[in-house]
Amino acid sequence: MVTYLLKRLLLMIPTLLGVALLVFFMLRVLPGDIVEIKLSADGAVVSQQALEAERARLGLDKPLAAQLGDWLVGLTTGDLGRSMWTNRPVYDEIATRLPLTFQVALMATVIAVFVALPMGTLSALYRGSWLDYTLRIVTMAGLAVPSFWLGMLVIMMLLLWFDWLPPLGYKPFWEDPIANISLLIWPALVIGIRYSAVVARMMRSSIIEVMQEDYIRTARAKGLFERVVVARHAMRNAMLPTITVVGLEFAFLLGGLVVTEQVFNLNGIGRLFVQAAANNDFTLIQGIVMLIALIFVMINLLIDVLYALLDPRIRFQ
Amino acid sequence: MRSGLLSAVSLIFGLAALSPTAATASEPQAGGTLTYAVLGEPSTYDCHAAVSFQELHYLAPHYSLLLRFNSENYPELEGDLAENWEVSDDGLVYTFHIRKGVTFHDGTPLTAADIKSTYDRIRNPPEGVVSVRQALYDDIETIETPDNHTVVMTLSQPNAGMLSNFASPWNCVYAAAKLEDDQRFPVENILGTGPFRFVEHASGAHWEGSRFDEYYHPDMPYLDGFRGIVMTNSALVNALSGNQVQAEFRGLAPADAERVKEARGDEVEFIEGGWLAFFFITFNTEEPPFDDVRVRQALTMAIDRWGGIEPMSRITFLQHVGGLTRPGSAMSLSDEELESLPGFARDMEAAREEAKRLLQEAGIENLSFTLTNRSTPPFVPLGLFLIDQWRQIGVSVEHRQLDTAQWATSRLSGAFEVLIDSAGEWNDDPSVQLNRFLSHDKFPANTSRAIDRKVDELYEKQKREVDPERRAELVNELESHLLTEAYSSPGFWGGRNVALASEVKGWNALPSHMVNQDLRSVWLDK
Repeated sequence: MVTYLLKRLLLMIPTLLGVALLVFFMLRVLPGDIVEIKLSADGAVVSQQALEAERARLGLDKPLAAQLGDWLVGLTTGDLGRSMWTNRPVYDEIATRLPLTFQVALMATVIAVFVALPMGTLSALYRGSWLDYTLRIVTMAGLAVPSFWLGMLVIMMLLLWFDWLPPLGYKPFWEDPIANISLLIWPALVIGIRYSAVVARMMRSSIIEVMQEDYIRTARAKGLFERVVVARHAMRNAMLPTITVVGLEFAFLLGGLVVTEQVFNLNGIGRLFVQAAANNDFTLIQGIVMLIALIFVMINLLIDVLYALLDPRIRFQ
Repeated sequence: MRSGLLSAVSLIFGLAALSPTAATASEPQAGGTLTYAVLGEPSTYDCHAAVSFQELHYLAPHYSLLLRFNSENYPELEGDLAENWEVSDDGLVYTFHIRKGVTFHDGTPLTAADIKSTYDRIRNPPEGVVSVRQALYDDIETIETPDNHTVVMTLSQPNAGMLSNFASPWNCVYAAAKLEDDQRFPVENILGTGPFRFVEHASGAHWEGSRFDEYYHPDMPYLDGFRGIVMTNSALVNALSGNQVQAEFRGLAPADAERVKEARGDEVEFIEGGWLAFFFITFNTEEPPFDDVRVRQALTMAIDRWGGIEPMSRITFLQHVGGLTRPGSAMSLSDEELESLPGFARDMEAAREEAKRLLQEAGIENLSFTLTNRSTPPFVPLGLFLIDQWRQIGVSVEHRQLDTAQWATSRLSGAFEVLIDSAGEWNDDPSVQLNRFLSHDKFPANTSRAIDRKVDELYEKQKREVDPERRAELVNELESHLLTEAYSSPGFWGGRNVALASEVKGWNALPSHMVNQDLRSVWLDK
């Protein structure tokens, strides 16, 4: 197991290097110049001299190889550079926003897991019944409704019905738990609805598949209660693909809460990423992409470890 | 007699209600914190390098200027750090008498040396410093400080717009001592003499300032502090509707204003006014057939501006028809004068026939081209409107909608045939407003890439003409020439519709959203 983990950790190096090179070159190929956006997109008349001075200040006048060298050397020392837009360290820009995004993703995951596991299991166990049909309609609706639309609906509802809106500004949970929860519960719920629909559908199909396996028949033949068969044998095995979905969705949420963060005015990684992309802020985009790549790699590793813990066959292999 | 008096009083109140001024019915009250939204994050703390309200709406409350626009009587100028000033008869020597007893937020006194250092930095930026509006101050030959409270600026030649340039909201006055140590000090630090001290900038979240008790103006500022919230457009209307923010100082589109009005009713006041922001069509004059004036004229003649403004103003903040200077400003062309120029005819049937004839004369059949546009409002609705107008003279147009980054690159590199551009300035002065149309070889920011020496000559003449009447004539001639040549052709001008919570008093919407943002006269009616 330890060797396996070490191998996987070593494999992360070429993966992340590949991502670093890809994002660096892709950004340089795409049209758009941060200096032009920064100084003249708002309709101001700016001299060529000012544009060139700003380019020089940002290091954009350096040869591509030198820019790449700076980026890779920085990466190895943990220095992601400075945002070309705000001039603040990329690390600080990300660190300021990561706790909020992480908390929303975590809350959405908890909501999704608590809602989806019983829903998916019940739907599978009562397959073809009115309960199954109802739950399937609910999950399909959850998938079909876009999160941003639901978010806007929630905000309008809070405003019109309760004349109340979630507070402006993020406060960490340990500083002000009420302000924290009253801000983040709404986006978490909105995301959790779609998230739980995805997980519930996966859980349902896994349970249906597992319930037809020989070991389930054996368990029943041994006279085990159906409750025990489902809880101990079916659910545990059905969890394997479900964990993959939960893990990947969680990783996706850490970088992909783009629209929800815009709607709820949350100062998170998604909004930062959109802003960085709109501004062609190369250093910030590179930093965020590396963070997301790292999260995906780590979560994949975590999922594989969980697989091994849940399924002895994988552990022995 | 009585009814006559009542009518007069009603008229006065009626006129007062029409002016773009927040209610100032009672005496200002001290105290309270103003919370307002800003759609974006500042890209720098350095006013001299900044170009957008995204910086200025946070920075302005911390700084003083040499002069400022009178918020009650725009575009009249008044002293800010300058108590008064004189200009020599030949228009070359500007002497500013600097207020005594002004201090920076760290307690150090302001002297003439601070003004000199600030203006030296603007007109001659050292390496590593970006001074965006450096060219406006090229005519300043020397800056002298005969004593601690006098600044004498000598120009190499008269410049009719120079005095208003000294009221530029971007010319925040910095401390000479700090600049001496590090010319980049203001890029990451805030130290001014303005009405509010800097408290905190939480990246992506908010910006806070607190009252500067030693501010030079007695009683001001009235607020204890302010809090600018970094906000997305989608969240803004909800925040205004839910009274989470008391203002957004740029302006709302009609649909958004309507939503806020429905939610808040009398609890919100809308201050409307003209806007120094316009959207225009630029033809790439290096690309045939747009190098032919007949083609450009035909395309501008096909646009029904007088008819189009009504539907456009219902869905966007585009509210006015005008030329290349703000409609209603001191030197703009009147509607009657505009009507005689290509693109402003009232009789659209005749205008479109003439447009077709011009295309035929230019040997153009079935003209088709790509309109490069920015994929945000009001660019997109304006693009759709124009495409429909051009369709009516048999021209087919492909609408290429780009994100801001790609649009900005296309715009400056000339990678377009026809492009929708925008201009948002801080000052009506024609030298600021019209310099974007100078010949491309002299001024690369001219996106039409046209070279026209008559434009350069008229621009220079009006810039040097100190007699206001003669200057207005020259400006009108320049504007008429530009509209006839149609290198760039106006779309529409914006209108401001600023939503303020009804308790917010003492703020006026001037034509530029860049000026009058130091918040010193704002107070809360509790």
